[in-house]
Order: sequence, then structure tokens, then C-alpha cells
Amino acid sequence: MADLQTIRVTVNGKLVQRSVQPRTHLVDFLREDLALKGSHLGCEHGVCGACTVELNGQIVRGCLTLAVQADGGRVQTIEGVSQSGVIRDLQEAFVRRNALQCGFCTSGMLMAAKELLEQMPNATRPEVRDWISGNYCRCTGYQSIVDAICEVLAQRKEATV
Amino acid sequence: MKAAAFDYVKPTSIAHVLSLLQEYGDDARLLAGGQTLMATLNMRLSEPQLVVDITAIESLRGIRVQGSMLRIGALVTHTEIENSELVARYAPLLQAAAPHIAHRAIRNRGTWGGSIAYADPAAEWPTCLLALGGTVIAHGPQGERRIEADEFFTGLYATALRPDELLTSCEIPVAQTNHWFGFSELARRHGDYAIVGVAATAQREGSALNGLRIVLLGVDSTPLRARLTEAMLQGKALDASLLTLAVASLREEIDPLPDLTNTPATKRHLAGVLLQRMFAAVSAS
Repeated sequence: MADLQTIRVTVNGKLVQRSVQPRTHLVDFLREDLALKGSHLGCEHGVCGACTVELNGQIVRGCLTLAVQADGGRVQTIEGVSQSGVIRDLQEAFVRRNALQCGFCTSGMLMAAKELLEQMPNATRPEVRDWISGNYCRCTGYQSIVDAICEVLAQRKEATV
Repeated sequence: MKAAAFDYVKPTSIAHVLSLLQEYGDDARLLAGGQTLMATLNMRLSEPQLVVDITAIESLRGIRVQGSMLRIGALVTHTEIENSELVARYAPLLQAAAPHIAHRAIRNRGTWGGSIAYADPAAEWPTCLLALGGTVIAHGPQGERRIEADEFFTGLYATALRPDELLTSCEIPVAQTNHWFGFSELARRHGDYAIVGVAATAQREGSALNGLRIVLLGVDSTPLRARLTEAMLQGKALDASLLTLAVASLREEIDPLPDLTNTPATKRHLAGVLLQRMFAAVSAS
């Protein structure tokens, strides 16, 4: 068995220290070691996007990132951004638009959409579709998700005028 | 699935990486962005004894201009390339190709060096490096070695890198004022592996293209230069009849490998379609 590695990571603003196996990826670390079950594991090889979390301010595939690689870094999960309220408008739009059914993809969708809203405030509908093409949803057919994101893009733009 | 157990080390110098490669040989795997390696580990297609995380080596980072060359460090991420003003100015082909690479969450971690060294024949960076006539810089026990892109991609996922070498950066000649480029690919869904794609560069004079390089992705076991078609178009004024001949030449020249859903005939056809679209824009403008 490989030697355990001690890592210190700031998760949702709180510094945690744990010993992990090198093979443990970031989402297993969040779910199993820290009991943060909001980030989901779908395909576990980088295709589905259900495990999307933020590492050092950028969205990443949690299943394609080792927990040891987050050592010294900052991680934000759906729990953190829900509690801080930074995506409250997005979450409300998802509810209003029925942009989720089973909800399995939703935390990843919201994390991905959060970065889109921040990085591309003028994104067009096709750009929204391209951006979330890395997140699978098997229920909604995507239209309502795209609707919700576009609605928040418009709302935030209006709010900054 | 979960990766098999491995040991992990994070060296801070190239020398340390090289000594680990010598000691462990094929039992070690280099980890940069991990966007390919992690998937193969999780699926247990790869079960190394040691994973060597090279992300603490600062000299592998950064994009800068050195003389007439744009240098891209091995650890530069796809997103950094997508957002780089230096790339937009000096190698705009890369900026045009970047959004086609997977999805944002993957582009935020995946690296230039990883993509070049992995040498997937359907990937964008190896194709672009070849189209730009770039150079790979590797470090090994004997020091630095420079490998032309034309000599670098030797087979399916195979390169001229030796097992004891580390790819540290690439150099790309900076775009001159008459630089022309094109990039286009067809994928079933944005971000998926392309069925077929084309990257091309040249120096443009009026409606003629000189020093033309046309490289295809997704058709062969390596990124493939269409040398016969390049020669046919070289320096000639591009008009509709020449373009028709060029499309026929390209379809004749390539011998595409099928993938799970596309036959060689489909890929041959689509490669011609992409060439037609790309060069029609040149002759029209």
C-alpha cells in the first residue's frame, strides 16, 4: 500500500488537514473524508461533469484531479456556493424553469454555469450550450437549463447597467 | 472505477524528474494536468507504481516571446492559451483551436505539454504544432534536445521523445504580418473528439498562399500533413477551379482510418468539405 500523504486544503473557506492515499481523487476526498455529498460521481473518467467543483477559482473535473494535487489550494463545492449565496439567482432560475428533474447533474451544472456567468457575462445562447456541453443531463433535454442560465445572464446584465 | 494504488512524488526540479524516470522507467508516469492520465488510472488501463507530479516545476510554466519564437511551457493550460494575448497576436491558430478542446473544466487543467507528449492523432495541439512548424524542446540525461514537429509524431500515441526525457516547452515561429491560418473540425457534439479536422498556415500574398502547411486530425495514426495538396496550392492564385482540384487531391491523398461511427469514406468526404470551406473563404476575401 502506498504511503499516505498529508494535505491541507481550504474547503469552502475552512482549512482542513487530512491524510489521504495518493490515488484518492478530489471528489472521493470531498464525499468520503469530508462528508460533502453535494458533488456527485457519475462516470468517473471525465465525461459527465457531475463532479465539477472549483479548485483555486476555476472549475475542474473532481474525478480527474487527485486530492493530493489540491494540497495548499482552495476548493469550492456546491455546499459552499449555496451557503454563501453567490449563485442564489441561478438556483432560483433553475427551480423556476424546471431545469432539473432527478437532480444528479445539478450541482455540476450550477458550478459550470457559475464560471460561465463570471467569465462570459455577454455569452450568447449558443455559447451557453457550448459551455455546458461538458455536463450531461439525462432528464431535461437541456433546454430548460439553457433557459435558466440565459435568464440569469440577462438579469445580471440588467443589474449592472 | 477507482485507480489502483500508486506512490506519489512531487519534485521541484527537472533533474529530480529525470532521475526518477531513470530509476523507475516504465513503472513511473508523469502527471501534469492529468486530464488523460487520471481517466486511464481510474479505468485501470494504467497501473504505474509511481506517479510523478511535475506541476511544482516553475520553469515549465508560462508563455513568452523570445526573439522570433513564441515559447509555450509544458504546464501551460488550454485555458491559458485560449486567454493569452501573446498567443492571439503571435499564434492565432492556437486561439482559434482552443475552444474545440473538450470543455472548460478540462481546459482549466489539461496542459499543452501533456497533449503534445500524448500525441493523440485526433487532438488539436499536435495538429496545430505541426501546422505551425513548431519545435519540441525536451530535457534528458544529456541535456536539452530540440525536435522539429515534422519529426516528432512517429505513430499512434508515439513520439520521438525518449523514455528518459521530459518535454519542457515548445517553440513556435511568431506570426508575421502576412500570416494566414485556418482551423476547422467536425464533431458530433461540441467538445467531443473530432471526426476529422484541419489546421493550416501560410504566408498570404493576395489570393495566393506560400509556405502552406495543411494538417489533418482524426484521419491517420498521427496528425497528417497533406503534402501533395500543399504542393498543388503552393503560391498559386486560389480560384474556384483550383480549389475543386485541391479537394479532389486531398481526398485522393489521404487514406483515413475508421472510428467507431465513421467509415474511411465518410472521413475522406468530410476532410474535403472542411478544406473546401476553409479555402473558399480565402479566395472570396
